[in-house]
Amino acid sequence: MIRHSRRTLLKVGAAFAGASTIGFPSIVLGQTEKIRIGHLTPLTGFLGAIGSYAQLGVKLAADEINQAGGIMGRQIDLISEDSVNPATASTKAQRMIEQDGAVVLLGEISSASSLTIMQVAERNKKVFFSTGARSDALRGKSCNRYTFHCDIPNTVMVNAVGTALLQKGMVKGKKFFTLTADYIFGHDLLKAAKTFFDANSANLIGDELIATDVTDFSPYLLKIRQAKPDVVCCNLAGNQVTNLVKQYAEFGFSYPLVGFNLNTGDAWAAGEGNLSGTWPTVWYHTLDNPVSKAFVAAFAKKYDKPPENHAWIDYVSLKLLAQAINEIKSTDTEALIAHFEKQAQFDIMKARKAYFRSWDHQLVQEAYPFTVKPKDQMKDKWDMLVLGDAVPEPSAPLETIYPTKAQNPCEMKA
Amino acid sequence: MQIEFLLEQVVNGLVLGGYYLLIALGLSLIFSVGGIVNLAHGAFYALGAYLSVEITKYLGFGPAVALSPVAVALLGILFERFILRRFYTADPILSLLVTFGLAMVAEQAIRMVWGAAPLSASIPPAFRGSVILGDFLFSRYRLLILAVVAAVLLAVWLLLHKTSFGRVVRAGIQRPDMVAALGIRLQPYMTAIVMLGVGMAALGGAFFAPIAIVHPAMGAEIITVAFVVVVIGGLGSFWGVVIAALLVGVVRGITIHFEPAAGEASIYILMFLVLLIRPRGLLGERIEKFE
Repeated sequence: MIRHSRRTLLKVGAAFAGASTIGFPSIVLGQTEKIRIGHLTPLTGFLGAIGSYAQLGVKLAADEINQAGGIMGRQIDLISEDSVNPATASTKAQRMIEQDGAVVLLGEISSASSLTIMQVAERNKKVFFSTGARSDALRGKSCNRYTFHCDIPNTVMVNAVGTALLQKGMVKGKKFFTLTADYIFGHDLLKAAKTFFDANSANLIGDELIATDVTDFSPYLLKIRQAKPDVVCCNLAGNQVTNLVKQYAEFGFSYPLVGFNLNTGDAWAAGEGNLSGTWPTVWYHTLDNPVSKAFVAAFAKKYDKPPENHAWIDYVSLKLLAQAINEIKSTDTEALIAHFEKQAQFDIMKARKAYFRSWDHQLVQEAYPFTVKPKDQMKDKWDMLVLGDAVPEPSAPLETIYPTKAQNPCEMKA
Repeated sequence: MQIEFLLEQVVNGLVLGGYYLLIALGLSLIFSVGGIVNLAHGAFYALGAYLSVEITKYLGFGPAVALSPVAVALLGILFERFILRRFYTADPILSLLVTFGLAMVAEQAIRMVWGAAPLSASIPPAFRGSVILGDFLFSRYRLLILAVVAAVLLAVWLLLHKTSFGRVVRAGIQRPDMVAALGIRLQPYMTAIVMLGVGMAALGGAFFAPIAIVHPAMGAEIITVAFVVVVIGGLGSFWGVVIAALLVGVVRGITIHFEPAAGEASIYILMFLVLLIRPRGLLGERIEKFE
């Protein structure tokens, strides 16, 4: 008995000593059976608030998958970190693949950071699920065959809100003033908005590019008043949407404020009575279907609040990946790409199923315009939105709101 | 027409500058008296915002903006007594490190207590909307902030220039050794200055909560601007900081009017130019202990 334990002790000691001399983190030894998955999302900066929801979502998915027996009988070892900025995101992605042995990567909200992770994925020939980035360019001229795009792209958000605005007679012949985030996402969104304005005879009378660290919008609000538009349109992202919405309510302008981008987390942070107008969303926790309700209940049970749309997308994305790996019984990159390119249908907690379009790898799905619920009808502080009808309408194919092959310059190199 | 729009930006910039002043003045005072660049100053600003959002839930907006700075000022006593006090005579790099570390600890602590998701806050209905005075448009709420800043400014000026407390503090800035030789302990005065400084930062946070996002990193966002204001204004000068804060607000507004993309960069360019011409800042006095 004593001999045995001494022997064990020596062995363990040798293992530790050996591990440290060859520079291996000893933790790796005990976990070779696990499947490593790398997750990056902004936890600081102007997208940090919604990124923190993404992290909660992906962790819940990993826990559920592990409790149900893991992937191919192996547990998931999820490494989830703050992506910080495009350069750090790229460095961390490379480290996750090279040193941590991640077999796939997922996450991100910033289009600029997602672009750099896409390049790392391509270089290392690993699959990357870009879950929350919305820039069209990532699915267009910057597309690559290792990256799959889960969120709705800018064009779809513009189409979702645009359709609702057209129905309200707020587009034709109207003067628009836009405030646009000054990085790849905003530029891209403005381009999609301009295409929409041109196609529907609206006039863009002013646009301001806004640096992502702006918190005080008062000088811009004065410029809006000087321009006297019919509609003000927000093409911002993250905390900046919240700040603009709050300060727009503060000045109390009569021009309606609408937006082509909003995440539920930004709306929740805006505060009572501040948000108005018509906006797009990709998913909301009040959607009425059983899978969605089960997810909302599980999330609320664990975190004591309802999931935000980035919690949903990162949760769904990891579930999709796990399901795919289980089906093909492999984490091989080529096998995974081939599997998703078959355009298999997935339940993503919406009325219609979604699929990855084979030639540009984006998840084709419904989107929703929404307006803001009057305060006296809200069930709780999270119950802020009134979802409009899903776009496209049920009779139209999902792809009608997506750019066509002629419009989307995506060419994948083999 | 063009000139009118420009004037509107100037006036708006003055209002915004007044708000920056709440944070910068305390930073400047703590620096002038204690010789410490308090990089944790933003944390007190953030804490002021968070506490006011919490208090608003129970007591309403008015009591919240009054109580939250008081609570933060009391916390300032502990901050001065147990942390800052050890660094007045130490190498400045040590106080930079400790306050920088504290800023990070505070941000994470806020994240642990309130979560990473932002809190929501709204302007009280009476102060919503804007008023047009003459040719200019003002947000009612910002006029309220302006009035509060003016009152605070007057009170601080009177405190520093018309009371015996102020005389000791001003003497302490210039010649701490002489003050000591006269048998006056500067430490209680320093505690009071830190309370005043962090209290003003908290007041700024409490007033900004309804119009900007309340999130854990908000302190880190404001500290840079406040620091720029202090550097432009110059050390030891009350009016230097006041002029610098207003100047920063106005320069930003004018730049956004003509060249929006350079809006955020303009304040750093201003700092660069001021330092080039007057390394001591606009009204900075020559302070022996910092030379």
